[in-house]
Amino acid sequence: MANEMIKLENVSKYFGDKQVLKGVNLSVGRGETFLIIGRSGAGKTVLLKNIIGLLRPDSGKIYIDGVDTTTLDNKALEKVRYQFGLVFQSAALFDFLTIEENVGFFLYQHTNLKKTEIRKKVKETLALVGLEGIEDHYPYQLSGGMKKRVAIARAVIYNPKIIIYDEPTTGIDPIAIDKVVSLIEDLHKRLSITSLVVTHDLEVGLKISERIAFLLGGRIIFQGKKYDLENIKDPRVVQFLHGSSAGPIKEMEV
Amino acid sequence: MVTRSKLKAFIIVPFLSKLQTLFQYIGSIVFFVGDVFWWLFAKKRDFKAVRREIILIGLNSFPLVSLISFFVGIIIAFQTAYQLKQLSSEIYIASLVALSLVRELGPVLGSLIVAARSGAAITAGIGSMKISEQVDALEAFAVEPIDYLVVPKFLALIIVMPVLIIYADCLGIFGGYLVGSSKFGIPFHFYFKLTFDALKVKDLASGLIKSVCFGAIIAFVSSYEGFKPFSSTDVSKSVTHSVVRSFILIIICDCILTALFYFMF
Repeated sequence: MANEMIKLENVSKYFGDKQVLKGVNLSVGRGETFLIIGRSGAGKTVLLKNIIGLLRPDSGKIYIDGVDTTTLDNKALEKVRYQFGLVFQSAALFDFLTIEENVGFFLYQHTNLKKTEIRKKVKETLALVGLEGIEDHYPYQLSGGMKKRVAIARAVIYNPKIIIYDEPTTGIDPIAIDKVVSLIEDLHKRLSITSLVVTHDLEVGLKISERIAFLLGGRIIFQGKKYDLENIKDPRVVQFLHGSSAGPIKEMEV
Repeated sequence: MVTRSKLKAFIIVPFLSKLQTLFQYIGSIVFFVGDVFWWLFAKKRDFKAVRREIILIGLNSFPLVSLISFFVGIIIAFQTAYQLKQLSSEIYIASLVALSLVRELGPVLGSLIVAARSGAAITAGIGSMKISEQVDALEAFAVEPIDYLVVPKFLALIIVMPVLIIYADCLGIFGGYLVGSSKFGIPFHFYFKLTFDALKVKDLASGLIKSVCFGAIIAFVSSYEGFKPFSSTDVSKSVTHSVVRSFILIIICDCILTALFYFMF
């Protein structure tokens, strides 16, 4: 379908004998902000890595902008990765590079732009995320919230078609969370970019997303608009929404 | 009385199992080395990263190499003098210090220091990048971690090792001279004449070839171990493994090369 930016059909992934993804079906529309929510260890990060091609599924199909990436060779898959901007849970800034080198990393590696041009673009992108004058700093000199915003700048600088946020608010204080959430909403409005947000923070997830999928034990057990959650009857989803320890989902179950 | 079954259970079986682990390890390193060489020639290289690694590795190891090689020179001078005294030929300490340092002790001790200092730092660096998702980030930005992280370190080590070893040899020889001049009154020019007379090109070549090989071993083992950790506790284990395994492989490689040079030259 032309309006689908990401589509997964029956995607399964094993690590040894353990099946982490069990026939995942998912569809993310062009330009929408889609939320994947689930407990820690539910397979969210493995799902993300399959989508961006860092892992290959054992079975099933993954379509990115209409292209089946499961049939591509490594070289072609590398080109597909250019379409993604990824914001890691830990920000994952390269600690031996300055903020300028971090944000401009993709441009330094994959384009022939001059250093002055890249520096200018880095300045603009940092201004977009509300950070200025930190180009020559190193990541260790920044707070957790600032690192997340730099990671977002690094992910959007080369205008990817899809931006993926892996636990964007984990490990930062409430004020920084609010700034990051506002930034994600603002970027979505300004750049109209397809966004995939993976988190276990329900409040944040519901605030920024339009549609939502609930991943449990490697399966999608709910997929729909966030307003549909009000009428949901599945006791597992209800338990998660209420944050209750009593219910069908047990402590050790992931 | 040690019975055959006890011998088998406590000595032979554990020994064979360790031997098997060693060969498995060498096997997996060989595949890793293949990847490194593939990426080494896969694309045009920016030598800025190599230069940065050379400075880093050189600066890391320089003080320790200086200290140890100087004292080792003094120690060898005293030890050889102790033997030569019985033949009243203390004058030969110059040539013996030079030969043992240039052919053997310089490359081996130097590389063990670099393995412990810079090799450990390489493993810890890559390991912490791995657990903080920086290695994943490289892949996500379509940059191959072996190409970006390992190849510059490999090139830096095979360039910096011979330089460090020549420097270590010089300092060791100077340490030997201090003993020769202060204890046995050998004049400066005479000590160094004896030193240069004793050293042939093949001695220098064997020391340098060894240092390049040991540098490559340190690069491969320390980087390979760096990619293993999954948690912060794994990083410290990997660092220990990196140093111990580099030591073992350096000594095995030294044994093979020494035998080879003995028959070749």
